[in-house]
Amino acid sequence: MSNELVAPDKFFLNRFGMNHGALERILGTALERKADYADLYFEYRSAEGLGLEESMVNHTSKSVSHGVGVRVCAEDRTGYAYSDEVTIDRMRLAAEAARAIADQRGTTPAAVQVGTPVARHALYDLDSTPLEVPVQERARLLNEIDRVVRASDARVKNVMASFTCERKIVMVVNSDGQVAADVQPLCRLNVTVIADDGKARQMGSYGGGGRVEWNYFIENDRWREYALEAARQAMVNLDAVDAPAGEMIVVLGPGWPGILLHEAIGHGLEGDFNRKGVSAFANRIGQKVASELCTVIDDGTIPNRRGSLNVDDEGTPTSRTVLIEKGILRGYLQDRMNARLMKMAPTGNGRRESFAHSPMPRMTNTFMLNGESTPEEIIKSVKNGLYAVNFGGGQVDITNGKFVFSASEAYLIEDGNVTRPVKGATLIGNGPDVLTRVSMVGNNLALDAGVGTCGKDGQSVPVGVGLPTIRIDGITVGGTRA
Amino acid sequence: MATVDIELANWALDEARRKGASAAEVLCVTAESLSAGVRLGEVEKLKSSRERRLGLRVFCGQSSATSSTAELERDSLGDFIANTVELARLSAADPWAGLPDPSMHPKSLPELSLADPDSGIVTADRALEIARTAENAALKFDPRMKNSEGAEFSSGRGQILFANSQGFSGEYSGTSYTLVVQPIAQDGDAMQQGFWYTSNRRLGKLEDAESVGITAARRAIRRLGARKIKTMRAPIVFDPDMAAGLIRSIVGAASGPSLYKGASFLVGQLGNPIAAPGVTIVDDALIPGGLGSKPFDGEGLPTSRKNVVDKGVLASYLLDCYSARKLGLAPTGNAARSVGEAPGVSATNLYLEPGIYTPAQIIGSVKQGLYLTETIGFGVNMVTGDYSRGAGGIWIENGELAYPVNEITIAGNLKDMMAGVEMIGNDLNWRSSTVAPTIKIAEMTIAGA
Repeated sequence: MSNELVAPDKFFLNRFGMNHGALERILGTALERKADYADLYFEYRSAEGLGLEESMVNHTSKSVSHGVGVRVCAEDRTGYAYSDEVTIDRMRLAAEAARAIADQRGTTPAAVQVGTPVARHALYDLDSTPLEVPVQERARLLNEIDRVVRASDARVKNVMASFTCERKIVMVVNSDGQVAADVQPLCRLNVTVIADDGKARQMGSYGGGGRVEWNYFIENDRWREYALEAARQAMVNLDAVDAPAGEMIVVLGPGWPGILLHEAIGHGLEGDFNRKGVSAFANRIGQKVASELCTVIDDGTIPNRRGSLNVDDEGTPTSRTVLIEKGILRGYLQDRMNARLMKMAPTGNGRRESFAHSPMPRMTNTFMLNGESTPEEIIKSVKNGLYAVNFGGGQVDITNGKFVFSASEAYLIEDGNVTRPVKGATLIGNGPDVLTRVSMVGNNLALDAGVGTCGKDGQSVPVGVGLPTIRIDGITVGGTRA
Repeated sequence: MATVDIELANWALDEARRKGASAAEVLCVTAESLSAGVRLGEVEKLKSSRERRLGLRVFCGQSSATSSTAELERDSLGDFIANTVELARLSAADPWAGLPDPSMHPKSLPELSLADPDSGIVTADRALEIARTAENAALKFDPRMKNSEGAEFSSGRGQILFANSQGFSGEYSGTSYTLVVQPIAQDGDAMQQGFWYTSNRRLGKLEDAESVGITAARRAIRRLGARKIKTMRAPIVFDPDMAAGLIRSIVGAASGPSLYKGASFLVGQLGNPIAAPGVTIVDDALIPGGLGSKPFDGEGLPTSRKNVVDKGVLASYLLDCYSARKLGLAPTGNAARSVGEAPGVSATNLYLEPGIYTPAQIIGSVKQGLYLTETIGFGVNMVTGDYSRGAGGIWIENGELAYPVNEITIAGNLKDMMAGVEMIGNDLNWRSSTVAPTIKIAEMTIAGA
């Protein structure tokens, strides 16, 4: 691996002709009007994508982007300016634009002295990233996926597969003199299958990835599992009957259905919404918000996961935060500004999409810990209900607490048995209330395969979720069969 | 520092050919913006940006690659172009790939007034004043308006330059101004957010800041006390924003890439009735000052006005060159482009032609049903047309808006929903690039308690 990746902070200093003195002067400019805090975020991102459709790898793309964002905070005000020209002049202009927010409000900080990089985790120190794997080899895998899917079932009408990978080099320098730098690899393999049996047409999608090497997809034939799983989901849905409508018992399968936690709980516990009192969870720390079977964690420190980071986008090392412990609300997810204003500790959840965005409290990998029931016991316990195992996206209104997540693979449970597949349907519930209805938690926690992307205020960041099988005693299922 | 101009674009096209490309396109985007936000009357955020990027698509015969970079110095750009050509060589030869037929490029471009001649980027002070006026109007509208997610005003200016190796080049500039207000109404423990906005290419044509704030407050307050209703089948009246979302879904299914992939419920439906006879959906790229207007599309083809749905019949797909060739049709000037992506397809200014009914007449025609003012989630399956989304709105009883409802879903299939459009309102208002009047759908499933 080349030198620049061993010392990402040196990468920026060398590439853009910066030195500590220049950074100190720019931070000094940013703080000139009595701000509390300022930081510079440097980013250099390279990405490549390959796409297959109709048995051809006919889409190839690459991109290089870089830029710097300057942020100035004073009390609860944020000034942010960015430029994709990383020069001293541009940064000074950005600092002047950002500091306009300060308006003599903050404390006068001492002169900035940039130190050495802060310690960080080592969650994804890869020997090589998929970017270094020859394009032909990546293309060959997509062609092989196409062949395997088409050979698996005559009802396959079309296969779309894509492989995307990126490497982000980041450096944060702040007015406390802290420097944090990181190299963040990320990749994802995705397969979509369209099936048609002459009567119905359906789609199935599956994929995965993370901050991993190419071999991750090859070992244990993981790519084949993705391919066949996408085909299987499409075929199941060909036979799906109309989904029921109304409130009923729902059993969620393990893994990706953890999107429930992300929407129902996670967003509502982000520090910014709680500081402003606009979340349905505001001022509820210490209160019971879930059944005592539920312990929910956000953990940015799981090796190689899509939602993990060595340091967050403000340079704080990520951590494991208990959000709900045996039903009691314990903590919020914090970035630096909201932590300071709420007199709490930052949790390493300050994240941003890119240098063009100001950081906010965001989730990393959010999941529920195991309970004691077996998945079989949970299904057996339900006389009439829905068993939902795969989902598309979800969304939440954090102010009134209502959230949705849309099942893409679900079955009826009749007399304790999983029976017919039903068409996709949206499930809707109330965040502060839904986990109080959890009556059984399985012993089979699984994390998702690594495809999650979370959107907030126009910014997308990669995240993970996880769940054991759980039983919810009543949530509204939005099918068509009233 | 390198500037993005036609000279650089032509140099990049030549460089691509010198490196072995048989054809190429360059797209350059420069943009700057400033946004300022207040919350509870106090300055909260200020954001200023400058961006310039260059996107490239190169062909080596029938193989192609797309790329984008922010490194515009000729040395590094030269290397980058060489890498892109190399990447194109590694992609599969695709018989349908290629630039448009050169005879289809326009000889002259329409003037669409996309940039405000009187205002550029609005100063931070002025932006803060507009945002503050709007939020203040919302907060003093009613004593229950107790909190806020703030108000934000943003202005932006951008320029697009496009050139290809068969001699087409064009450029245009545009401005945009947007005010968003998000106040919160509180009653006891219950909180509801209101959201309203105004957006225009001309500063002077924005809706008055105070009235945007008041509308946001009204929308928050009317949600207070929302309850769940029983599961049933009932008529649904979509307010204009909700109706606009619905036609966006329909037109998404009529876009070339979804069709040739077989990922649309409208596959093979061209020329067939897909909606009630009163439904005409128009895509018009040429509206002067329109938020979605463009003088040429993402492949340098002329843009136009056309009916996508004409009196209920699917009259036109939206196509770029690639999907047009695959489907054996002519491109429709709907290629959309973002730097670094291969051409996709999008509508320009899209609207549902208004009907004859006032919104009050439409609501008045419903004995028991939902006036839909919000949806949440992404539960639309474009392959089957199955539709299931979280919903909220106001319950209609005997033709009158009675009480707010939430934590419910509405479900159906887009084919049935479009066939079930019973009434179309006369209240079309160009608030965004996709607009529709109020509509009534005969019946859908509502899931609640």
